[in-house]
Amino acid sequence: MANHLFLPLLVPLFSALLATLVSQRWLMVRVIALLAALFNLGYSGWLLWIVGSTGRQITQASNYAAPFGISLVADGLSAIMLTLTALLMTVTIVYSFATVSAERERFFYYPLLLLMLFGCSGAFLTGDLFNLYVWFEVLLVASFGLITLGGERAQLEGGLKYVVLNLFGSTCFLIGAGLLYGVAGTLNMAHLAERLGTLQNPTLITAIAGFFLFAFSSKAGLVPVFFWLPTSYHTPALPVSALFSGLLTKVGVYALFRVFGTVFPRELERYGSLILVIAGLTMIVGVLGAMAQVEVRRILSFHIVSQVGYMIMGLGLVGVAGLTAGILYMVHHIIVKTALFLIGGAAEHLSGTGELKRMGGMARREPILAALWLLASLSLAGLPPLSGFFGKLGLIQTGVQQQQWLIVGVSVAVSLFTLFSMLKIWNEVFWKEPPEDLGALPRATLGLLAPGALLVVLSIVIGFGAAPVLEYSRLAATQLLDTQGLVRDVCGPDGCDAVTTTVSGR
Amino acid sequence: MTFVLSLVVGVLFGGAAYLMLRRSVVKLILGVVLLSHGTNLLLFLMGDGVVRGRPAFVDPATGVAAANAADPLPQALILTAIVISFGFTAFILALAYRANQAVQSDDLDDMISTDRL
Repeated sequence: MANHLFLPLLVPLFSALLATLVSQRWLMVRVIALLAALFNLGYSGWLLWIVGSTGRQITQASNYAAPFGISLVADGLSAIMLTLTALLMTVTIVYSFATVSAERERFFYYPLLLLMLFGCSGAFLTGDLFNLYVWFEVLLVASFGLITLGGERAQLEGGLKYVVLNLFGSTCFLIGAGLLYGVAGTLNMAHLAERLGTLQNPTLITAIAGFFLFAFSSKAGLVPVFFWLPTSYHTPALPVSALFSGLLTKVGVYALFRVFGTVFPRELERYGSLILVIAGLTMIVGVLGAMAQVEVRRILSFHIVSQVGYMIMGLGLVGVAGLTAGILYMVHHIIVKTALFLIGGAAEHLSGTGELKRMGGMARREPILAALWLLASLSLAGLPPLSGFFGKLGLIQTGVQQQQWLIVGVSVAVSLFTLFSMLKIWNEVFWKEPPEDLGALPRATLGLLAPGALLVVLSIVIGFGAAPVLEYSRLAATQLLDTQGLVRDVCGPDGCDAVTTTVSGR
Repeated sequence: MTFVLSLVVGVLFGGAAYLMLRRSVVKLILGVVLLSHGTNLLLFLMGDGVVRGRPAFVDPATGVAAANAADPLPQALILTAIVISFGFTAFILALAYRANQAVQSDDLDDMISTDRL
C-alpha cells in the first residue's frame, strides 16, 4: 500500500478550490498556483526515484480489495508523465505571469490550470478503465474553459469544434468501456489483462479494441481525426497554447500506450501494421500541412500532429524496444514542443502578431530569444547532440531491426521537412529585416525568456545524458508490457479472479 | 427486452450521426445529446441490467446474494456518464450561444476563420 498516491490529486484540487475563493486577489492566486505545481513537481520527482528503485506503487481507493474498488497504479510511465506534467505546469504558470491579461486572470485562469493538472495527474495514475474516462473528462472540461477563456471570435469558432470533436472521441471511449464490461465483467486494468486472454471470443475483443484505438487517436490527434487540433490550438492565450501543445495530445498517446500495452497486448499485435500506417500518414499529413501555414503557432500546431506520429510508430513497432523509443521520443517532444511554443509565443508577444510576413528582425533585437529558438528547433528536427536525435535514433534503429523500411524512410524524410518548416520560421521571424519600424515594441523580460530557456537547457541535458533517460524509458516500457507483474502487484499473488472467487463464493 | 433496447440504441446512434453531420450548430448539439443518451442505454444493456444476477455485494456469511439484486456497477457508470454529459451539454449550449453572438450565424460553414490560411 502506498497511500501517498492521492497527494498529487488532492493538492491541485484543493489549491484550485482555494484559488477560486480568492480569485480577485491576483498575487495570492499566483502564489497558490505556483506552490501547487511545485509540490506536484517535487512529489513526482520523488515518485520517479521510488518507482525506479522499488517498482510499482499501488493504492486501493477506500481500501476496497483490488478488482472491486478503484486502484491507483504508478509505474515508470506514470511517473515520467506525472513529472513532465508538473514541470510543464510550473513553467506555464511562470510564463503566464508575463503574458496573460489581468482580465483573463480574474476569470479563473489559474484555477482552471490547476484543475487541468488535477485531471492529467489522475489520468496518469489510475488503474481502472472507467476511471480513466472520468479523468479524461475532468481534464477536458478544464481545457474547454481554458481554450475559450477570453471569448474572442476565433476562440469561440475553434473552441466549438474542439469541444464537439473531443466529446465525440470521449463518447467512443465510453462505448468501448461499456462493451468491454459487458464482455469481461470488470473494468480494472489488471483484472482485464488477466481475463481477456482467457475469453472465448477474441474477434469481439479486437472489435472493441478498435473503439479504443479510434477514441484515443482522436485525443492524440492522429490521421484522420486530428482536425480539431490545428483549428483551435493557435487561438487561446499564449501559455495555454504552449501547455496544450505539450500535454493534451500526449494524454491520448499515454492512453494508447497504457491500454494497448497492458489491456490489449494481443490486439496490439493484430493492429500493429495498421498503427504503423496511421503513424506514417500522420507524420506526412502533419508536416505537409505545416508547410502551407504562415503563422507561427499554426505551423507549430501542425508539427504536433506530425510528431505524434513518431510516438505512435513506437507503439506500432510492437515490443519493448519500440515502446522504449516511443516513450523516450515523447519525453523529448513534450519538453521541446512546449519550449518552441513558449519561445515562438514570446516572439509573437513582442511583435504583437503571429503572422510571419509582419514579423522580423528578432535576431538582432532579441539575440537570446533567437539562440533559444535555434536550439529548440534543431532539437525538434533531430540534430545531435540534442534530445531529439536520440528519440529518433531509437525509433529508426528498432524499425530497421524489424525491417519496416517504409516507416523508417518516411520518418527520416519527415525530419527533413520538419527542419524546413523550422528554418522558415527562423528566416521570417528572426533573420529577415523587419517590415516596419519596431522601435515602439516592448523588449523581452526575464519572465518571458526564463521558462523557454529552462526547457531548452533540459533538452540539451537530455541530449548529453541520454543514457539514464533511456534506461528509465526501458524500465517504463518493460513494466507496461509486464501484465503478470501488474496483476500480482494489484491483486496479489493468486491473481484477481482468485480474489473475486473468495469473496463471492463463485 | 434486450432486443428492443438494442434497437433503440441503434436508432439513437443513427439519429445522432445524421444530426451531427448537419451544418446547423443547434442540430450538431442535439446530435451530441442523442449520442450520449444512446451510450447510456448501451451501458445499461451491458451489465445484466435487464437480467437479474451477479451483484457485487454478497452476504459474507453465506456468500450468496439477495434474491432480487442486480449488478449495481453499470448503474453507477450510467449515473457518472449522465452527470458528465449533462455538464458538457450545458457548457456547449453556452458556447454555441456565444459563438452565435460573435459570428451572427448558426451555420458551421460560416465558422471557418480559424481554418483559412
